[in-house]
Amino acid sequence: MTLQSFLLLGAALFAVGLYGALSQQSIVMLMMGLELMINGLIVAGGAFWYFLAPETADGQVLVLVAITVMALEMAMGFAVVTALFRAREVDLTDEAKDLKG
Amino acid sequence: MLEGAVLLLALVGLGLSAACLDARLGGAQVGAPFGEVARLLVQQRRRTLLRDTLLLRIGVISLIVAPVLAGIVIPLGDAPVADLAVGIVWFNAMEVCVWGSLWLTGWAVNSVYPLAGAYRLVAQGLAYELPHMFALITVALGAGSLRMGDAVQAQQGLWFVVWMPIAFLIYLVSALAMAFWGPMSQPVGTDLAGGVRAELSGPDRLLFQAGRYALLVVAAAAAVPLFLGGGAGPVLPSWLWVLVKTAAVLGLLVWVRHRVPAIRMDRFTQASWLVLIPLSLVQLLVVGIVVL
Amino acid sequence: MAVAFWILAVVSVAAGIVVFVVDSMARATFALLASLLAVGAAFLLIDLEYLGVLIILMMVMEMLIMAVFMIMYMMNPAGLMPMKMVHNNRGAVIISGAVFVLLTAGIFLTSWPQRRGEPPADPTRELGMAIMGSKMLVMMVIGVAILATMISTVVLATHRGRYDRYGEDLKRRRPLDPGPGQGPGLPAAEHHHGHGSCGSPDPREESG
Repeated sequence: MTLQSFLLLGAALFAVGLYGALSQQSIVMLMMGLELMINGLIVAGGAFWYFLAPETADGQVLVLVAITVMALEMAMGFAVVTALFRAREVDLTDEAKDLKG
Repeated sequence: MLEGAVLLLALVGLGLSAACLDARLGGAQVGAPFGEVARLLVQQRRRTLLRDTLLLRIGVISLIVAPVLAGIVIPLGDAPVADLAVGIVWFNAMEVCVWGSLWLTGWAVNSVYPLAGAYRLVAQGLAYELPHMFALITVALGAGSLRMGDAVQAQQGLWFVVWMPIAFLIYLVSALAMAFWGPMSQPVGTDLAGGVRAELSGPDRLLFQAGRYALLVVAAAAAVPLFLGGGAGPVLPSWLWVLVKTAAVLGLLVWVRHRVPAIRMDRFTQASWLVLIPLSLVQLLVVGIVVL
Repeated sequence: MAVAFWILAVVSVAAGIVVFVVDSMARATFALLASLLAVGAAFLLIDLEYLGVLIILMMVMEMLIMAVFMIMYMMNPAGLMPMKMVHNNRGAVIISGAVFVLLTAGIFLTSWPQRRGEPPADPTRELGMAIMGSKMLVMMVIGVAILATMISTVVLATHRGRYDRYGEDLKRRRPLDPGPGQGPGLPAAEHHHGHGSCGSPDPREESG
């Protein structure tokens, strides 16, 4: 168990999530990709705290923020999907291309 | 090891007694649960079309594993099986895992009523969880620690139930909701032909029922270190006091089932969010001021 | 310890990959949950008991809400008719592979600083002291962000407020809710339930 092994795990989760976020058409699946990416960040944050600076609680606060952001991201994402679906029965990113500004 | 064995024994014993008491109050023979166990053990499994067997197994088995894991932080007498520093949060996390178990069970059998029951549990869970969390936080605030053992220590002078009565009542309500028991049994309601467990038969159903009773026992047992002073009491040894108090809370929960009508989960959500959350916050404030 | 970590790491990444492989949305959601739970368990190995258990607690709730929405919005949630809904699959694989290689190279080439200090006896206490003391501003900003999210999610997602339920003057005794025997079948507004629990990942923020 070293810093490198934890960061490797974080990087792997981030890459898998990035693949999902880039490739999935369904907005809900896309959000699962985003969740995985934030999951990778959380791993990295916890590892930095434990292996580099366990004296202060900065790393822990960072993880707490990331967890919160994860929940907020999901809540907002579903609200947007719901609004979008109600307006035009759409749940695929490609069908909402015209929203691009 | 010894504590683990004691925990399992207590779960089985208390669960069976709860089932017997429930049968008695329901007008059946006291020994009816034993007959039911034997019947389910030999019953053949009924299979639904295109069910998701993997998810069904995970759902049913985790329903009985989660209460046991929640139980390992509850002090049986002097020490719990695992004395986690964040025992109260651990208890909460394990008990939330039950939502997943029920949803998986309801989804995996590929049938309408179980799925509707599973959705009912998710709605009910979101309704009870916030007041429940605040009740647990109130205890943690009073004890100044998230460790179950410290909560027991903090009650040596005065039990928390005395000066946090609202939190205790909210905990009892959420214990009912957590174990989808009595008035909160809509997820397995008869109007849905048995809800989540409608399509379960044989050993699956036995595991499901056992998990539900284990959940009820653990919910009752956690009230003892959280509010009722743990093993504190005269004459008797502390483990016996824990057992007696757990049995008392369990008896109350079983009795409530036969006295209170079922509550629809959307009504409960409204009551929970508009009444229970503010009440629990007021309780939290009061305890906070006292602790300061 | 090291063995436990590597098992959890493999489980976590494998479950993450499974999310985008399986057809059934229920399986995908719970694979994601498995990935998150493995990370929570890995946190228990590095003294972060509170954060690890918090991840377990929150992610179970979050993934259940996610499952509800997945089933609601996917055209084929059970995956009984296999279909692939991806765009630019090749590009995505190449980009994410490149990112992984780049990150890995960075991880092993950087000379990380020496560890400063030892983990405190009770990291949970340190965290609590930090967010109620020196890092209070962070938590206050998060609190406002949670409030903003709660309001905007409700605004975006709901189309039936209390005036629809209780009438123009809020005088209807029983709310007009969708359901049998309660007037016209209105689409249910489930999203009400959702935001509350996602909006309060750490209960202390709301009570603080």
